[in-house]
Amino acid sequence: MDLRGRQVIAIGERDGVPGPALARCAELAGAEVILQMTHCFV
Amino acid sequence: MVLLGTPNPESSRLVALTLTEGDPTWAGPLAGVRLELPVFHITEESIKAQVPPEVYEAQVGLAEAVLDTRAIRETLEDVRARAGAGAKEETA
Repeated sequence: MDLRGRQVIAIGERDGVPGPALARCAELAGAEVILQMTHCFV
Repeated sequence: MVLLGTPNPESSRLVALTLTEGDPTWAGPLAGVRLELPVFHITEESIKAQVPPEVYEAQVGLAEAVLDTRAIRETLEDVRARAGAGAKEETA
């Protein structure tokens, strides 16, 4: 899956990888982040 | 496409199924809704390889060290296989 030029929805989780970290990685890989969130189930 | 940062195979499966086949618990508004979005985890090698290593290490490295990345990868591969053509790379 090539991230370059793709629109990405980043769904992070507090106990895993948070949304902003996913978004940062995706953007630097050339993707356009259209939505990012961090779930928390505590 | 959807990029996940879920912490275990169970949560990965739940989110991935919801975004491909529809909510498997039939509890929410996406029950029965086939979005067929391609879903990947940030720790999958095909995704990780595209991120600058120093950025990946800073943003994901600590979490990756404690996650069962192999089980998560296998879970998402299974969900993508179940989802069929709609969630495969060429149509994403």
